[in-house]
Order: sequence, then structure tokens, then C-alpha cells
Amino acid sequence: MAAAIPAAPRKVLPLLGAANFHDRIFRGVVVCFGAIALLAIIFVIVGAMVEQSVVSVNTFGLNFIWGQNWDPVKRQFGALPFIYGTVVSSFIALLVATPISIGVAIFAVEMAPPWLGNTISVVVELLAAIPSVLLGLWGIFVMIPFLQTTVEPWFIDRFPNVPLFQGPPYGVGLLAGGLILAIMVTPTIVAISRDVMLAVPISQREAMLALGATNWEATARAVLPYCRSGLLGAIMLGMGRAVGETMAVTMVIGNRADISASLFHPSYTMASVIANEFTEATYDLYVSALVEVGLVLFVVTVLMNAAARLLVWSTAQSSQQLGAL
Amino acid sequence: MATMALRPTADIVRRQVVDRTMGALLCLSAIVALTPLALVIGYVLANGLAGINLDLLTKLPKPVGELGGGMANAFLGTLIVILLASIMGVPIGMLAGIFLSEMGNNHFASVLRFLTDVLTGVPSIVIGIVAYTLIVVPMHSFSALAGGVALALIMIPVVTRTTEEALRRVPQSLREASLGLGVLEWKTTLFVVVPSGIGGIVTGIMLAVARISGETAPLLFTAFGSRFWPDGLNKPIAAAPLQIFQYAVAPYKDWHSQAWAAAFLLMLLILGLNIGVRVVTRTGFQRIR
Amino acid sequence: MKLTGAGSTFDFPLFTKVFDAWGKKTGGQVNYQSVGSGAGIEQLTKKTVDFGASDAIMTADQEKAVGAPVVHLPVTLGAVAVGYNLPGVKDIKLDPDTLAGIYLGTIKSWDDPKIVALNPSLKLPKTAIAPVERSDGSGTTYIFTNYLSAVSPAWKSKVGADTSVKWPVGIGGKGSEGVAGQTSQTPGGIGYFELAYAKQNNIATVVMKNQAGKFVPPSVAGATAAAAGAAANMPADGKAIIVNAPGDTAYPISGFSWILSYKDLPDATKGKALLDLFKYTTTSGQQFAQDLSYAPLPSAVQTVDAKIVSSLTIAGKAQ
Repeated sequence: MAAAIPAAPRKVLPLLGAANFHDRIFRGVVVCFGAIALLAIIFVIVGAMVEQSVVSVNTFGLNFIWGQNWDPVKRQFGALPFIYGTVVSSFIALLVATPISIGVAIFAVEMAPPWLGNTISVVVELLAAIPSVLLGLWGIFVMIPFLQTTVEPWFIDRFPNVPLFQGPPYGVGLLAGGLILAIMVTPTIVAISRDVMLAVPISQREAMLALGATNWEATARAVLPYCRSGLLGAIMLGMGRAVGETMAVTMVIGNRADISASLFHPSYTMASVIANEFTEATYDLYVSALVEVGLVLFVVTVLMNAAARLLVWSTAQSSQQLGAL
Repeated sequence: MATMALRPTADIVRRQVVDRTMGALLCLSAIVALTPLALVIGYVLANGLAGINLDLLTKLPKPVGELGGGMANAFLGTLIVILLASIMGVPIGMLAGIFLSEMGNNHFASVLRFLTDVLTGVPSIVIGIVAYTLIVVPMHSFSALAGGVALALIMIPVVTRTTEEALRRVPQSLREASLGLGVLEWKTTLFVVVPSGIGGIVTGIMLAVARISGETAPLLFTAFGSRFWPDGLNKPIAAAPLQIFQYAVAPYKDWHSQAWAAAFLLMLLILGLNIGVRVVTRTGFQRIR
Repeated sequence: MKLTGAGSTFDFPLFTKVFDAWGKKTGGQVNYQSVGSGAGIEQLTKKTVDFGASDAIMTADQEKAVGAPVVHLPVTLGAVAVGYNLPGVKDIKLDPDTLAGIYLGTIKSWDDPKIVALNPSLKLPKTAIAPVERSDGSGTTYIFTNYLSAVSPAWKSKVGADTSVKWPVGIGGKGSEGVAGQTSQTPGGIGYFELAYAKQNNIATVVMKNQAGKFVPPSVAGATAAAAGAAANMPADGKAIIVNAPGDTAYPISGFSWILSYKDLPDATKGKALLDLFKYTTTSGQQFAQDLSYAPLPSAVQTVDAKIVSSLTIAGKAQ
């Protein structure tokens, strides 16, 4: 994924009107096996998802989204608990990750010397390279016991009547899911924010400093408002990633289709229920329901990603135009 | 005049305090962001090194409850599935990248570019469902092939975009010089432009390989996992991240230590690829996605 | 010869041992995936495996979905242990009421008066109870919920018995391995899984009150005693449920586990190997049962097994 907008493409091989026979063959190959194949993949993905979920969509209609009851035994499928779990865990993740990520980006771009700034962003990208299952492994054996024995009992003892902190200290649950997602979305938000901030013309910052602003004031009042929509795009891309994460969340979320106000309550996300139950869906409606959950997940991620990229793109566009001044 | 600037006003002091404080907070946030990375790598190192032995790489898993054995089949399986995915994914990705870079100055290409970017964000579990529907069900069997297809689907958008970016960085003058000398367009592309950008292309491919070698979700119901040596591309196959997952959620301490050790090796591979590729080609310090 | 099977995690420890031994004897190889009885039934239906294994008896609907007749071959018998994680507290006694209460969510703490009443000599901590259950379709759940339905009318009406139910409380683990793992790692955890998993991981187990009013720990002897009555009257199709069995030494949460096979084995070479595997598992393979905390099949059951195996046909032809 390239964060910056694509520069104006070069006209080397026009699509039509080739002179030479060999050139035509080459272009044909490139278009066929490259572009068309890519398009075909997109259609195949959408098509497969839609086709497999048709049975479920017809059976439950919109009740699928509002229904709280996921009962494979009684053949009732309502996906609200998973939507709830996904939304809440992603929300917790963003709540924790956004201030930290944007802080890192500001630090790396505005405050630190270039060598440090570059090193930090490369190191944060390494965090993105760690596979989900390894983070989940660490989550199970390091983070969960810590939550179980230290963090959760502390909250439960001090706030016994607050609905947010009810329940036995399982360790696994919404909070654990949210925290591990926070770790996973941080690199995404940092990377995009950094790109967006780097695209702000230096003249903006310099003008503020010339007027006597402190470093922080120049950043907060000139740079950040300028790339507001780009930062929003970064956060949305982070949310898109959080929503689709599977393995790490499955290993720490508790696997329970429930809607509860407590952070410590086990929960279930859309991706987790598919991972856990897909190989055991013993009849067509069950498979179809799970694929429909996948379809909802797919649509949500695609919409979020598309909107986010448009936001980021528009920031870069406008700064390019202004930068040319 | 010297006397006027000596004592800063309360207002200026306040603003400087805010500036210092925010500076400290930002520095703190950088430390907080890097802490999980340090913790994860640290724990994987500490727990993983203890469990590394030759058995892990050479022996098959033992029956449940018996100590010992290894994950040789899982590492081999990962290699096979990555190879399958690359054979399918790299050519298509590169061709699509060439298309977007060299023939991509029209509306169709812009839309395709946008869709490709969006495709990189599709959850890998959804890709797993698609591969299951397309390959596992008609074949009536979980298979290495299905796993390879799933990973290829993840790989293609990434390789497409990195190839396009790499080729864009090739100076236009190179193309013009070649064409000016009378070299045909297709030869220009294949023998001048692509070799010029090969550093970025290979970087992109290696990073895509690093990414798919750690993917677990799409393999859950395609490759499925196995406790034996690979048996054919149309049969289930073990894979390292899959095995790590199965061992991590099981109660056997022996399996846990094997999982940590395998995690260590996997991480070595992935981080090694990431760092190595960037260092060697020196293009990695720009954004490579 | 390579065979594939999938299903019950209940059987997994036994199967890996038995299949390994069969492999050494015949040179064949069995790739058995421990994915839960529910998944095993599904794989059998989709014909992605040669045989399935389940501790739950297939419903009429499920058998119809396969499209071809299916046989249930009892291959082992075991106790579903209820493990718990309370360091320092040994041999907690529970009765049907308290166990149902824990899983219904009405009993929330280990020092609840009802539990204390059953265990006057133990010092029970104020820890919250953290029930763990199967998140996947499970024959072990089938046995466990059949027991709870048999002894608790509240459970029967509120939740019922099946391979997968809507649990009122608790967290989910995947496979018996997952439940055992979660139980042993969560303070105050309680979970149900085959005895082999408890033994292999040193998880303390609950002593249950059986129908005769006696407190019995999960054990091979307890399971054998539970099966005694049913074995004598084993139906020809091999399907029998033995929860809450009568008898002083019977362990109340016990069950059979079955290999599920097509009545007509489609492939000729594979069919011969499968027949040999089934025969081995139900006869010589039983020698491994005791060490792994499964009960060896009573001879009455082995007789029924032999009849079922000889009734299988290969590619349409009788043996």
C-alpha cells in the first residue's frame, strides 16, 4: 500500500494502437495476466462471498444484524454479539493506540533529528511485520496472566459496582482483545500519520516559527490542522486493520457470544467466530451464516479502507497543490 | 535594546513549559509504542532459545502426551505453501504492476489501482473462506494447493503495488533513451525498465513472502494442518504458524515450549527478511508497502 | 496406505497411540485431526475424510445429510473429568445441584455455602468461579450436557443437551486441549474434558456424587462400572448413553465414543485397510486404553463391534 498519491503516470505503452506485432502480444499478455487477472480476483472474492451467504441472507434478512442469538443447535443465527465484540474491541484499540501513535509520528517527524526519526519509524514498521499468531502467543502466556493476576483484580477490588469492571478476572476478554489490537494498529497509524505530516509544506511550520511560536505550538497549530483529514484517514485505516484481525484476537478474547458492559467479560469478534466454527459447520445454513458474517466483515473493512484512502489522498493532493506555490 | 528582553513574561514562560511538557510526552509515547515490540521480541527470544534443538527441525510430532518430537513437517510445509503461493502470485502481481506503471495513465488503471489498495486490506480470514469455497469444496479435501491459493490471493495486491512503485522510480529518461535508440517498446520494458527497478521489485516480493509466511487464518481451513510429512499437493499439509497456534492453545507444557521455539525461528525468518532486504537494497527506508 | 480421520478430541490421546501402533504393524499411516466431534461429522458428510469419530450419537438429520448409511462403532469408553484450578485444594466434592448451579451461573464463588456444605473439611477460598466450556461442536459437551439434563430439570429446560449449546456463563476453549489449557491457566477455573487430559496435565479433578449417593472420582474403574449395565444390553447399532448410571462405584459423567464410518466403504484398497484398522482398534488396540485413562471395552461391546465391522461392505461387495 503506497501512502502517497501516485505521481502522474508515464505514457510509454499506450493501451491501444500498437504499431509492432510483438508489442501487441506483450501488451496483450500484460493486460490479460496482469490487469484482467487482478480484476478477476476481485470479482471472484466478492462473488464467492455473496454466493455462499445467499442462503443465510434469504433466511434471516436484516434480523441477522440485529439478532442477539447465535444458536447453531436451534438453527438461529444472529450476529449482533460478534458485531458488538468487533466494534468494542476495535474502539478500545483505537482509544489506546491513537494518542500514542500520533504522538510517535509527531515525535519522529517534528521533534527528533532525522536519523532518530527514520530509525523509529523503521522499528515501528518491524512491529507491523510480527505475525498475528506470534503476538497471540505472547498474549496468552505473558499479557493474559498479567491481566489476570495484577490488572483486573485491581480494578475489581477498587470499583466493585462499576458495570465496566464486573466479573471474575478471567484475563481473557474484551480488554485483552482491545489491548492486543492496539499493539497491532499502532504501526499502521504511525506510518500513515508520518507520511501525511511529511507532506505538509515546510513553509507552514516555518511561518509559525517566524511569528514566535514554540515548537509545540507550530506543530499543533500549523501542521496538525493542515493534515487533519489525513490523520483521520490514518485512524480509519487502523480501525480497518483492527476489525479484520483474526489470530491474536481469537487467542485472547474468550470466545463467548455475549453482549456485556464489562471490559473483563469474554467476548467474540466476527473474525474469531469464523476461525473457530468454520470447520464444524455441519449443515448448509450454518456455513452460509458464517460466510455472511464474513461478508459483513468484508464490506465493513472495504468501506473503511476506501474512505480512509480517499481522505489520505485528498490531504496529499491539497498539500501538493499548495506546496507548488 | 538589551534591558527589554531580559525577563520573559508569564505568558511566554507558560508557553515554554507547555512546549517542554509536550516534548516529554511525545518522547514518552515513542517509548510506549516501542515497548510491546521489545517485550514480544524479548519473550520470544528468551522462551524460544531454551526450546531450540535439532529435533525441532528434523523430527515429526510425537503422539499426544509423549514428550519430544519436533515440527519438521510444519517448517517444510511452510516452505512448500510459500513456494506455491509465489509461483502463482509473483507473476500475476508483477504483470499487474507493470500494467499500472507503464500502461496506467487512464481511468481504468486509476480505478484498478484504488481497488488493489483496498484489496490489501481485506481480512485474511475472508480470503481463507474464498479459497475454501473455490478449492477445498470441489476437491473434497483440504490441500496444500488451497493454502497456496489463499496466500497467493493475499500476495498479489502487495506485489502489484510494490512493483508499480519500483518501476515508477525508474527515470523517464531511461525509457526515452531506449526508445530513442530504436528499441521496441516491449523490449524496453522488459530489458531496460524492469531490470532498473529490480531492486525495488525484489524488495517488495521478499516483504510479501515475509508477510505470508506468518499468516495463519487463511490456512485454518485450507491447508488444515497435519502431523505427518507432506503427502501431495492435494492433501492437508502442516504449516509453522498453524502448528504454533494449535500448540499454544493446548494444555501440554511440552507443546508450549515447542511453540515458543518455532515462534523464535519464524520471527527470525520474518524480521530477518524485513531488515535484510531493506539494508541490502537501501530502498527500504522509503515507504514500501 | 494413508488414511485420514477427524473428530472427537475426547479420543485423540488414545487414537494417536493406537494408530501409531497400527502403523508400525502394517506400515500404514493414519492422519487424525482432533477437531471436535461436530467437525468430524461434518468432514464425514463432506467426504473429506475416510472416517470420523464422535462422542455424540448422530441425529437422524445428520445421518440423512451424509447421503449414505453410516455406522457407529464403539471404540472406547471414558470418564469426563471436571477439572479445576485451586492450588492447594484437593478432591473437591460436588453434587449434581452444585455442578449445574456453577454452569447455570447461580453459584458464582468457590466459597458458596452449597459447596462448603459438601466439603466441610476443606478450606475454600473466596475466588470467583470461572467456568470453561467447549466453543466448538463437541461430543464431550454432548456427554456433559446429557448428564446435566438428566440430573437438573432447570438445566434441561434452560439449556438442554447437544454437541453445542448456549452456555449461560463461562468462556470458550477450542477442543478438550483448549478447555484443559484455559482451566489450568485461569485462577478459579473449572472445566470438563476427558480424564486423559486431566492426568497428562496434572489438573485436579472433582469427586462427583453419583446416582447411588456415593462420591466417585473420575477413573477407569468408574467408567467401566458405569458401562456395566449398558454393556450387557448393548444394542446392535452400538448406540448407548451411560450418564448418571446406577451402581455404587459408577462415575456419573461417562460415555462411549464411536468411530463413524460409511456402511459401504467406497474405495477397495482403502476399504481393506480401514477394516483392518477398525478391527485392530477394537481388539488389540484396547491394550493401550488403561494407561491413557480410558476404560477397555467390555467384551460384550467387543462382540457387538465385531458384528458391526463384519457388516461393512467394500465398494458394494460384502466381505
